[in-house]
Amino acid sequence: MTDKAHFADYDETTRAQIDGMIEAERRALARRRGELEDCDCKTGMFPNPGRRGVLFAAGSALAAGMASFLLPARAAERKAPAGAVSREVPDDPTKVPGTPIAEDGGYGSRSQFETEVRWRYPTPTTISSWTMSPLDKSEGIITPSGLHFERHHGGIPTIDPSRHSLVVHGMVERPKKFTMADVKRFPSVSRLHFIECSGNGLTEWRKPTLKTVQGTHGLLSTSEWTGVQFSTFAREVGLREGAAWVLAEGADSAVMTRSIPLEKLLTDAVIAYAQNGEALRPEQGYPLRLILPGWEGNTHIKWLRRLEVSDKPFMTREETSKYTDLLGNGKARQFSFTMEAKSVITFPSGEMKLPGPGFYEVTGLAWSGRGRIARVEVSSDGGKSWNLAALQDPVLPICTTRFRFPWFWNGQPAVLQSRATDETGYLQPSLQQLVDIRGLAGPFGSIYHLNAIQSWAVAGDGSVTNVHA
Amino acid sequence: MSTLRAIFALAAVLALTQAAAAQQGYPARLDLGTAVTPQELAQFFAIPADGRGLPPGKGTYAAGEKVYADACAVCHGDKLQGIPAAGIGGDKLIGGRGTLTTATPVKTIESYWPYATTLFDYVKRSMPLNAPDSLSDEQVYSVVAYILGEANILPKNATLDAKTLPNVQMPNRDGFVPDPRPEIELYR
Repeated sequence: MTDKAHFADYDETTRAQIDGMIEAERRALARRRGELEDCDCKTGMFPNPGRRGVLFAAGSALAAGMASFLLPARAAERKAPAGAVSREVPDDPTKVPGTPIAEDGGYGSRSQFETEVRWRYPTPTTISSWTMSPLDKSEGIITPSGLHFERHHGGIPTIDPSRHSLVVHGMVERPKKFTMADVKRFPSVSRLHFIECSGNGLTEWRKPTLKTVQGTHGLLSTSEWTGVQFSTFAREVGLREGAAWVLAEGADSAVMTRSIPLEKLLTDAVIAYAQNGEALRPEQGYPLRLILPGWEGNTHIKWLRRLEVSDKPFMTREETSKYTDLLGNGKARQFSFTMEAKSVITFPSGEMKLPGPGFYEVTGLAWSGRGRIARVEVSSDGGKSWNLAALQDPVLPICTTRFRFPWFWNGQPAVLQSRATDETGYLQPSLQQLVDIRGLAGPFGSIYHLNAIQSWAVAGDGSVTNVHA
Repeated sequence: MSTLRAIFALAAVLALTQAAAAQQGYPARLDLGTAVTPQELAQFFAIPADGRGLPPGKGTYAAGEKVYADACAVCHGDKLQGIPAAGIGGDKLIGGRGTLTTATPVKTIESYWPYATTLFDYVKRSMPLNAPDSLSDEQVYSVVAYILGEANILPKNATLDAKTLPNVQMPNRDGFVPDPRPEIELYR
């Protein structure tokens, strides 16, 4: 299944893993493309649903009911995408009344014509796995909560908030237990931050592997998080002399734990109960999760139930055997928390097709775990020359920033790249620079913390592919 | 008249109360939450490398062999070789020594994990995947002794307990370095 020549020097196990990933991405693309037929909207640049779905959804309620009874296959095709409700589509929406108000039970859903979904990385088990956010269709900087990427180690727990509490203990004067009602009585803050898994892009170290920006960069999402600063809890329990690390523990079946330096927690950590204006989604840690702005996603412990203050780290499985970055010299970096400056062009990106020469607004996302994005540059010649992109307000610290760049495509092959500089002056490196420094420890390199410049090749026929350039 | 006086008095009290509230601002402590008891804390654990918090009890390779066969082998394989098949996906647990510098590093407990305490903590915490926290402390000590024995890290006649487990020397104990980022090479 893999391009045998492309991956010829990989060992058999790795090729099997890559086959699985490529197949998962291919299936996700095919699902979307299955609805692309007859789509003359924007000349096929975007995977939009076409008229086929419309035709199937048309007709009287009776006919639709009969059709679903007589033709189960057709009914299945008419099934609404995840998060949507399928409704009849009139020929002319100005000639018939629309859906009665509040028929949705008071909680809205998206249009039945919007199909983008997260897709799951094909790990052998479905309870320890992850899903990628569809960045190719992303707009602005906020990720809809239902499309926020996921990483779970023991499935998604179902937690009754009235039975959930946060225990703060260890090297403190007054060990305490806080119910959700207690937590919500504390002074709160709301902040927009990205979360990125440090494994984002792990397939891309040695060869361009996955085809879409969802596959190469989809372990990135941005939300507004609301909750209580850790510092507030620290005063409530009283920190003892010598306190230096804190164990954060989740209430999932993996009882996920990470050790966090106290300094980080006292700088900007938020214990969040809300995301994008409503309670956290279960898969994002309902009812409580730790937010550590700019640090690798795994440290943002979900379903947070316990904080144990200590003088030293606990050397948990997730900070020794995982989330350590093996270098080419056989040593591994430990406690590599910061997500460094990174950017990616989301349009145009892999598997899209430009209909012809002319104007395109190139757009993408830039982010840094160390602060604000200072500038983003775009190249259309594989990095030989760079031009400043416009940054869309707001440009917030430790948050995705949307950039835009006007591009006139002359119809010749081109290689599009973006590179971000953050407010510390850190310039997003090339893949070669990272490999020169860290070495290549294996087929997936150091696995974690790949923040290199991404290249998208635009061929003469307008098709866009993932390349190393 | 008395009504008017009462209104004035009430207004004065309200003004004072509001002023007091405004002056008070955000208190440093809100005295929320309840004291947590040692009994409640007893349900929690996290074992650092020095073994602090390891429970009483002990385990042996022989007892661990049975625990492994009953609870672990279905996913990790009867030779601890790992089963990457769909629906299973248990990691390979042993082998891989000397591979960390090669083009295909094999990261296992034997070749990569720096502390034996981590293995105890993780098995007690999260394993087996389908029934976490179902093993007794003695069973956890034992299965750790079995895995470390199969990895040729621990003699098969050794006994593991709170005192001996932290002293186990893992082969890759010194394989880790602090995070040097931002990498100075990027500023040349």
